[in-house]
Amino acid sequence: MKRLVVGAHYGLRDWLAQRVTAAIMAVYSVIVAAIVLKNSPLTYAVWRDLFAQGWMRVATLLFAASLAWHVWVGVRDIIMDYVKPDGLRLTLEIVTLLVIAAYLGWTVQILWR
Amino acid sequence: MASASAKKIRPKYLSLPALLFEIRLPVPGWVSILHRISGALLFFPFVAWALYLLDTSLRSEQGFQYVRAEYLDLPLVKLGMLVFIWSYCHHFCAGIRFLFLDLDKGVDLRTARITSWVVIVAGLVLAGVLGSKLL
Repeated sequence: MKRLVVGAHYGLRDWLAQRVTAAIMAVYSVIVAAIVLKNSPLTYAVWRDLFAQGWMRVATLLFAASLAWHVWVGVRDIIMDYVKPDGLRLTLEIVTLLVIAAYLGWTVQILWR
Repeated sequence: MASASAKKIRPKYLSLPALLFEIRLPVPGWVSILHRISGALLFFPFVAWALYLLDTSLRSEQGFQYVRAEYLDLPLVKLGMLVFIWSYCHHFCAGIRFLFLDLDKGVDLRTARITSWVVIVAGLVLAGVLGSKLL
């Protein structure tokens, strides 16, 4: 049997990861939206104290990690659908990974300053 | 990466004019392509923008006040934030719909069309409510 290699695993892993990370981000979004709306209009003290708490930092990092994985699966799907030349596709995938890594680094920097 | 399948010549009618003027998407198709467009926008530039806002607002009281009172008051920023919020809301609602479709819920045509409208309207309404509260 001849196997075609076109850039994805065609496995359950990414499909499942995209859904699990989506659920994690959805829960986080609802919680943060509720907190922000409850304290509306938001003051600096409330905002600072919220992100000073350990659970909030960890939850936000978990959100960022979920986002990173989710974005990688999603953006790669888009690239695979629309970008056919292999060189350009690989370049865009690497750029995507670099942007994701930069986002993660920035997030950690903001959370643990 | 040998993209063998990409080299096949198939009947494809996806020129840009065809995409824009000839192909009429059904409502579930609109939900799908808007999910993709909003997702791409959220990846870039909106995550970067959100991180900039988080960074500035958590850095100092001055930074927070600047974001709240000055930055978010600029018309162009407000407009951009609305697109950001809508992208998030639509992506959120459409994503939940896709999760149900994965579980074989709501796959018949009638239900799929109804839930598509629900997603589109819910995304807009949520964006309106959140936008008016936050901006």
